Amino acid sequence: MESLGVLLLHPMDAYLEQELARRCRLLRFCWDAPPDRRDAFLRAHAGSVRAVVTGGVAGAGAALIDALPRLEIVACFSVGFDRVDLARCRERGVRVTNTPGVLTDDVADLAVGLAIAVLRRIPQADGYVRAGQWKAKGDFTLTTRFSGKRVGIIGLGRIGLAIARRVEAFGCPVSYYQRTKRDYPNYTFFPTVVELAATSDVLVVACSLNEQSRRIVSREVIDALGPGGVLVNIGRGGHVDEPELVAALAEGRLGGAGLDVFEDEPEVPEALVALDNVVLAPHMGSGTRETRRAMADVVLGNLEAHVSGKPLLTPVV
Amino acid sequence: MAPPTQVAATSGEGDGADKPLVLLADPIIPEFEPELSAHYRLLPVAGADAAIAATARALLTVDLPAVTADLVAALPALELVVTSSVGVDHVDLAACRRRGIRVTNAGDAFSADAADFAVGLVVAALRRVAAADAYVRRGGWAAHGEYPVATKVSGKRVGIVGLGRIGSLVARRLAAFGCAVSYNSRSPKPSAPYKFFPSVLDLAADSDVVVLSCALTEETRHMVNREVMEALGKDGVLVNVGRGGLVDEPELVRCLREGVIGGAGLDVYEKEPDVPPELFGMDNVVLSDHRAVLTPESIRGALDMVAGRPLLSPVTL
Repeated sequence: MESLGVLLLHPMDAYLEQELARRCRLLRFCWDAPPDRRDAFLRAHAGSVRAVVTGGVAGAGAALIDALPRLEIVACFSVGFDRVDLARCRERGVRVTNTPGVLTDDVADLAVGLAIAVLRRIPQADGYVRAGQWKAKGDFTLTTRFSGKRVGIIGLGRIGLAIARRVEAFGCPVSYYQRTKRDYPNYTFFPTVVELAATSDVLVVACSLNEQSRRIVSREVIDALGPGGVLVNIGRGGHVDEPELVAALAEGRLGGAGLDVFEDEPEVPEALVALDNVVLAPHMGSGTRETRRAMADVVLGNLEAHVSGKPLLTPVV
Repeated sequence: MAPPTQVAATSGEGDGADKPLVLLADPIIPEFEPELSAHYRLLPVAGADAAIAATARALLTVDLPAVTADLVAALPALELVVTSSVGVDHVDLAACRRRGIRVTNAGDAFSADAADFAVGLVVAALRRVAAADAYVRRGGWAAHGEYPVATKVSGKRVGIVGLGRIGSLVARRLAAFGCAVSYNSRSPKPSAPYKFFPSVLDLAADSDVVVLSCALTEETRHMVNREVMEALGKDGVLVNVGRGGLVDEPELVRCLREGVIGGAGLDVYEKEPDVPPELFGMDNVVLSDHRAVLTPESIRGALDMVAGRPLLSPVTL
């Protein structure tokens, strides 16, 4: 695919970039430049860009797609594609791919790791010890047990199921909500998220973001989860009514949260930074060497398949 | 158990004379106090007058100071030592055996919490949960971009030292994360579906993560030494929820500094609450304040054992 002009929207992975440079005609977008320079860049290179490689947060909006008349494929270095204008892609006949499967384990590992970290206050303990306070004050903190907590999962797809399998080993009863009920002998279905939240100690967001799931974790859901409940979000910031979440946590109406995603990354609401009943992560659900490498290979594999006229590995559109 | 806050034991209201006398080797954890003083007359052994010392049949200890041969000798009527921890390395078992004194520990009350915390430390160490949380809180994500990629947990080879109550629960949990579990203990457990290694050195050589969940004895003191850490290797992670004495601590610090091992998750130290300050500057280490077992649920469980039916968990002398 040496003749394939690929526009890399922003730096995302050294191996991916190195391979794109080696195997294609790589153009690096001036992501951080002011809008007029970005527009000028796109105008200058419009004739040669046939592929865009983008990340989950950057996506590919209508303006970008429209600026690239020779665009054939958008390859996402993420499983989420909520920021790609799929309708515009369909209209233009532009293919879209993502990276499902390879990051399932990492995201599930982090979801459970965040749940334990929130309930047992692991980052807080770490900070306490590092600040010399264990020696100076010597208080001990009781933190509630994780094993046996009722876990409610929004979305029992690949990632949701992987989370369910992990928490079962801790004796956690598993319930779920999704649009269609399936036949899982060990997992209890709830027809609404509010009912799921009302019967859960830990509520995990593990579904994709679309029109139906935007702000699915509403004030009502947060209230149902309550002061004894913990929210874990490894989906998208857009799944949660973030101002409501922040207020509920600050006021003690929600017990705690483990958050890997936010509405306006990398901005994190200031009020959360002051709380010790939350664990904050910088969108690192797939952030391991092993998984990023595997994701890069999926992106490269999709581009290769496209160029050789073979079926795409993981098409969205 | 962490040294509890200083609280004077009460001797109960009114009919103290009718309640059995229990001497306290160390100040009682406040959470234990109401339940125990409802059933027992509690007095500290330190400063107990001669008459009390001569008749006391039961001694309750949390962890430190030690129940030494001298202490046992000063209590001629002593029949029972109850420790609310799992570890009994602070009790002179030989002295108790000579006197025919029975010793019980908290049995299974703490196992799940210790296992959960061990898993929490494994994920936190490999995925940098605590370090990334601190990064977000100090504005690093907005200022400097993504946190560097970490290491995948799923699929890692986990070697557990001590497949007792705690170790076997750790094994079950990490197996659900897709980890390949093996173990070392005094003798192989035929019913355990994991590979047995006859030495800690062999276990470390075949592991990416080593979890210590065994008792501290003369044989196990400093079992994790330089040789073991070199076998674990530069990407290997050590997690300790057993006792600080299982590890040659100065050597551990050197090995972390020199990159001989890749990281650690530590809940226990050789001389608590002293923690080697060099660890405070390390991002690949997760530190906690000996809190693995401290949940209200485990204390309730221990109370049930201690106040209810203590001899269900006698320690083999």
